Amino acid sequence: MTVDRPTRRLFAALAASAFAVSGAAVAQKTQLTVYTALETDQLKAYQEGFNKVHPDVEITWVRDSTGVITAKLLAEKANPRADVVMGVAATSMGVFDAEGMLLPYAPQGLSRIAAQYRDPKNPPAWVGMDVWGATICFNTVEAAKRGIPKPETWRDLTKPAYKGQVVMPHPASSGTGFFDVTAWLQIYGEAEGWKFMDGLHENIAQYMHSGSRPCASAANGEYVVGISFEYRANREKAQGKPIDLVFPKEGLGWDLEAAGIHRGTRQLAAAQKLMDWAVSDAAMALYAKNFAIVAVQSLSQPLPNVPADYASRLAKNDFAWAAKNRDKILAEWSKRYESKAAPK
Amino acid sequence: MLVAVALFVFMTAPLAAILLRSLEDRDGAFVGLANFAQYFASPAFSRSAGNTLTFALLTTLLTVPLAFAFAFAIQRSCIGAKWLWRNIALVPILAPSLLAALSFIYLFGNQGILKDVLPWFGLTTIYGLPGMVLSMTFSAFPHAVMIMLASLSLSDARLYEAADSMATSEWRKFVTITLPGARYGMISAAMVVFTMAVSEFGVPKVIGANYSVLAIDIYKQVIGQQNFQIGAVVGLILLVPALVAFFVDHAVRVRQKALLTARSVPYVPRPSPVRDRLMLAFVMLMSAAMLVVIGMAVFGSFVRVWPYNLSFTFNHYTYGFEEAGVENAYRNSLTMAAWCAVVGASLTFAGAYWLEKTRGANLVRPLVRLQAMMPMAIPGLVLGIGYILFFNHPANPLNVLYGTMAILVLSTIIHFYSSSHLTAVTALKQLDNEFESVSASLKVPFYKTFWRVTVPVCLPSIIDISRYYFVNAMTTISAVVFLYSPKTMLAAISIVQLDEAGAIGSAAAMATLIVATSGVVTLLSFAVEGWLLRRTQGWRRAAPTR
Repeated sequence: MTVDRPTRRLFAALAASAFAVSGAAVAQKTQLTVYTALETDQLKAYQEGFNKVHPDVEITWVRDSTGVITAKLLAEKANPRADVVMGVAATSMGVFDAEGMLLPYAPQGLSRIAAQYRDPKNPPAWVGMDVWGATICFNTVEAAKRGIPKPETWRDLTKPAYKGQVVMPHPASSGTGFFDVTAWLQIYGEAEGWKFMDGLHENIAQYMHSGSRPCASAANGEYVVGISFEYRANREKAQGKPIDLVFPKEGLGWDLEAAGIHRGTRQLAAAQKLMDWAVSDAAMALYAKNFAIVAVQSLSQPLPNVPADYASRLAKNDFAWAAKNRDKILAEWSKRYESKAAPK
Repeated sequence: MLVAVALFVFMTAPLAAILLRSLEDRDGAFVGLANFAQYFASPAFSRSAGNTLTFALLTTLLTVPLAFAFAFAIQRSCIGAKWLWRNIALVPILAPSLLAALSFIYLFGNQGILKDVLPWFGLTTIYGLPGMVLSMTFSAFPHAVMIMLASLSLSDARLYEAADSMATSEWRKFVTITLPGARYGMISAAMVVFTMAVSEFGVPKVIGANYSVLAIDIYKQVIGQQNFQIGAVVGLILLVPALVAFFVDHAVRVRQKALLTARSVPYVPRPSPVRDRLMLAFVMLMSAAMLVVIGMAVFGSFVRVWPYNLSFTFNHYTYGFEEAGVENAYRNSLTMAAWCAVVGASLTFAGAYWLEKTRGANLVRPLVRLQAMMPMAIPGLVLGIGYILFFNHPANPLNVLYGTMAILVLSTIIHFYSSSHLTAVTALKQLDNEFESVSASLKVPFYKTFWRVTVPVCLPSIIDISRYYFVNAMTTISAVVFLYSPKTMLAAISIVQLDEAGAIGSAAAMATLIVATSGVVTLLSFAVEGWLLRRTQGWRRAAPTR
């Protein structure tokens, strides 16, 4: 028996450590499954903020980009796993509401939320948290090397100088990509909007999976122009990367990050707690660190690198139209740009 | 016997589920081949299928010759420090394939330090197919080298002597003796590399840009849209080349045995200055390339702002762990790898013991043997889809496993079962069956013999198997990406997500951590093995060479 003792001890130690780790996860708390498209580096602060008020509810985040989370929720409609949908685009919320997937609820303090930042019905199927909008990350170092001028308008990006230097998010998977496309269609009108995108497509180097990645790529100098959103742009700039934030003159695409309760949840009380927290002052203060406009307008805080007149630069966005035509727009986009071979 | 049942439930049944599901519509009604028709009609899918094939074929065509040359240098030339080159060639096993993709971006991306080299090869960008093939070659290289090393170790010196006596030129000997002898090894290696490339998820995700491949399309369909029928159809289609490969490989192995007879004389290379110098240069170049790839990712993980501020920082490690919430992922990976090492080694060894050292159940035995070898041919992607279909089915009593750590452990054990099984069988074959006969005649129960003789003697192999499971569990993505839940997120998968968010430094940091962990575990296991060998395997040294 001299042989197996050390081995047994080794295996026992391994097994014990494995048990200890997996055992720790089992705790006596209400488990709440929340589907989200929030950035991973935002989740932790929001979760801690919520748990400060409600330590008895444990959130399990199911996170993916807007397009994937939207498709997943729709696909799971008959047998839903989500209790709450939080931090998902209002246009997607409109789609869920039309499918009868959301359970209307008026969270405490609803009256503070600006009328344009919530579902107009009473009680609302969803409430907004904050506004996130289009921002161009423009790499000044690489632009100087190549003699590329700083763009001021969206139209500028279709000029030959930007060929192969523009990256943008894929509208089917990224909420940021989707509001870019819907904003162009609304600013220029449908026919002109698609024509503009045809021109832009000539200059696009990659369509990327997330709204963050284009800015990160521009910030790392992989490309000169990354079409992204202000939160990621500010984060990258704060890390000392050589980017300028550009807010094109024609108007910025935008959407709301919104929250709602999934119909059929078995954790209704906990879900309502999360909804109440999501519109509370404490939550708004956290959103305000990341976004220039929050749903309770008086609690908005100016952000570095974001102009003071940011709100007036947002393009007119008809959520109902975007939600209703979501499938149609994405199919058209895919037909025009995806069936082409990968751009060289 | 239990192992046989386990293999059936955790491998064959999920595969059967794929077959059944591919013939059903969304509501479970039988629709015959309608799903296949729909699939073949979709231009997006046929493009991805074509791309996947191109990617896998190019990777195979690049990897196998390189691996052959590398193994040739070690087995058939007189270069120095062979142990060193051999170990360096195996280093990529410790790294997730994503690490290579990240490194190639650091090296050849639009800000890459070597980007000016690209035009020499007629390339304008590393993104897309070129980067995918290079990254995949890096990951698949050690697997191909191992097979080629084994294949080139078998050769009959008498053939070369005969050729020498006829004054055959070196080149002719190479073409007429060496290459045909290694043919079967090359086929095996090609199959393994091809299967790996087909189900690769991480590499196209990170460096593939808009070059669509099946693994990613299917992930979007199955996870994003819960479109299990299309998943099942593609799973089945991918299984066809894999199964063909499996049976070809099997046939090849049988013929390989006949290559060596009892009268064969092992070939010992003689020095040849020109060849040896060429080979040494090649081996050094390959080894340097591999170390540069690993080193670049490690470097990238410590650089503050790539490429503008190259000062040293730990920020990427703290960012990933504190802000992006991936510390669980790393812990989960450690837990899963430890479970795979313990449970996997026990299961594999018990299964091999049952096959090799017990009697009876003659009808089941060949079936079990086949099932033990099957996982080698099943792309991880297909295994993952099979698991979803089988374990997520509401009528399956085992569906409680869905979304747990257990299902990750089980799928990983099955995924890497075949190689482990072969190691165990080889170790057991060294033991004379007389042990069992003697203990039976002495009325010693079989488990006593097993515990007191078989296990101690095979301990080095058991540790090898544990290490193999551990390292692969740390780096695997292809099957588990379909099966993880938010609570059982794994380190290798978190690299994909960090990269998606554009946090390439943190992605490199996580990849570095995985390499470091696998490396430390590998070294530890070598130390334990050495210590055990000295303490308990004295008989090996005393035994005369037969």
